[in-house]
Amino acid sequence: MTNIQLNRAKDKMFATWGVVSTFFGIILLAVFIIFILYDGLPRLSWQFLVSLPSRKPENAGVYTAMMGTIWILGLTLLFALPLGIAAAVYLEEYIPKGKFATILEINISNLAGVPSIIYGLLGLQLFARTMKFGGNLLAGSFTLSLLILPIIIVATREAIRAVPSSIKDASFALGATKWQTIWLQVLPSAFGGIMTGLILALSRAVGEAAPLIVVGALAYVPFAPKSPMDEYSVLPIQIFNWISRPQHGFVVNAAAAIIILLVITFTMNAIAVFLRNKHQKKTN
Amino acid sequence: MKENKKDNTESEIPYLITVQNLNAFYSDFQALKNINLNIKPFTVMAFIGPSGCGKSTLIRIFNRMNDYIDGFRIEGNVIISGEDIYSKTVHTENLRKQVGMVFQKPNPFPKSIFDNVAYGLKIQGIKDKKFIEERVEKSLKQVVLWDEVKDNLKKNAYGLSGGQQQRLCIARTLAVEPSIVLMDEPTSALDPISTAKIEDLIFELKNKYTIVIVTHNMQQAARISDQTAFFYLGEMIEVGKTQQIFTNPKQKRTENYISGHFG
Ligand SMILES: Nc1ncnc2c1ncn2[C@@H]1O[C@H](COP(=O)(O)OP(=O)(O)O)[C@@H](O)[C@H]1O
Ligand SMILES: [Mg+2]
Repeated sequence: MTNIQLNRAKDKMFATWGVVSTFFGIILLAVFIIFILYDGLPRLSWQFLVSLPSRKPENAGVYTAMMGTIWILGLTLLFALPLGIAAAVYLEEYIPKGKFATILEINISNLAGVPSIIYGLLGLQLFARTMKFGGNLLAGSFTLSLLILPIIIVATREAIRAVPSSIKDASFALGATKWQTIWLQVLPSAFGGIMTGLILALSRAVGEAAPLIVVGALAYVPFAPKSPMDEYSVLPIQIFNWISRPQHGFVVNAAAAIIILLVITFTMNAIAVFLRNKHQKKTN
Repeated sequence: MKENKKDNTESEIPYLITVQNLNAFYSDFQALKNINLNIKPFTVMAFIGPSGCGKSTLIRIFNRMNDYIDGFRIEGNVIISGEDIYSKTVHTENLRKQVGMVFQKPNPFPKSIFDNVAYGLKIQGIKDKKFIEERVEKSLKQVVLWDEVKDNLKKNAYGLSGGQQQRLCIARTLAVEPSIVLMDEPTSALDPISTAKIEDLIFELKNKYTIVIVTHNMQQAARISDQTAFFYLGEMIEVGKTQQIFTNPKQKRTENYISGHFG
């Protein structure tokens, strides 16, 4: 074999390996989704969505857990987004360069890799006990906010850094203050990137069970939460709870709940893609 | 006083920009060495010289755009309209309303044509819609862009050609009604036709504004400027009437540069 032939062969091998790796993930996911759909779809109904938990699988519904998840997501978004953006703006635009900045930067990146159970323990001590929230939605959403803050900060910083400095120069040269430049030029230009990061962060939050169990989310709540001070459950905990029951009916319920969780996640990702594309069209 | 003014010879017209014993540093590196320079109102001053000689550094001192560079500092005085612009009492926001800047590459905001021109007014807190509309129209007419864009003011500025974008950027600068317009190689990214349009424009603008322009293009400096300053390795080698600099330079290095022996 000549050198060229050898290189071509290597090329082909690598391409094949790439295709196999790509499809491995997709096929696995597809198989999983097909099984879940097969089990859960027949169970999905309006009644399932609006029913409270029950000891009988055929009466049990996902309402309380779903509302809990929506509450948790909403509150987490409310707390984490402004904090995350503010922190990112500070780190990108204001912090004086030096040791302090470097240490802060390294630590924030590291925080993104801390296991979520650790955040749960932090939340338990800080929010549930010290601040005496107990096991309510506030404690849970504060905890999840901490969990996703590093993701939002890192994504926002990247988005801010991607804003061409020529735009900032133009704004400054017209007499804009730093704050005006950030608010009117930098953040709007970074919007697409920030949204993408935010939604990815939220899709991580929506699937978390461990830290919420630690801060006191319940497997069984009789009613959907009505205020941030209420107790709650969330979909992943509900699913976990149902799967561990012996009756087959609950396993079917779990499959149906998984479908709902997936729909929520996919919808959020779709919104992220939509927002980003819409924004890119506006800027290009 | 009035009597006096009438009799004043040209040289006694008060200078709009005065630079005294100016040194500029990027950390340890000295980019400008003992610059002394005066610029009269309603004239075009061209800065020429090989790249890296400090032209951009100097022009960006006039609106303090170098403030954002870590380690940058100056010694000496820069006086604009009788005020030392580096004194503590000067706010850069106010300075930049008076001293506008056009950059090398057209850099419109990713917004509509209208919003681009209106931006400078909006950040000043001006809300009067009619006033803003009139100023936008006036500025776009000044740069001879109005007829091309008047039906598309809501369209994104990125849809314009490079030359149109640069004229839009000039309009955006004029909308704030500065007295000085700084231009750092404003045509170096443009085609010859767009370049010619902008040169015509600069010729018009000097009736109302004082213009400082950096250019790599010797013919351009010769065509549009009244005064030319030649820089070399951070020093201002020579400054004078453009015609004199190009036909009868006093310094050997100026002559060499202009005749294309180096640079
Ligand atoms: N941000 C900076 N940091 C350090 N040195 C710089 C910076 N900007 C310019 N310089 C240096 O200062 C000198 C003058 O640069 P500049 O004013 O941009 O030259 P010109 O516009 O005449 O090409 C050059 O040697 C350049 O390398
Ligand atoms: Mg330059």
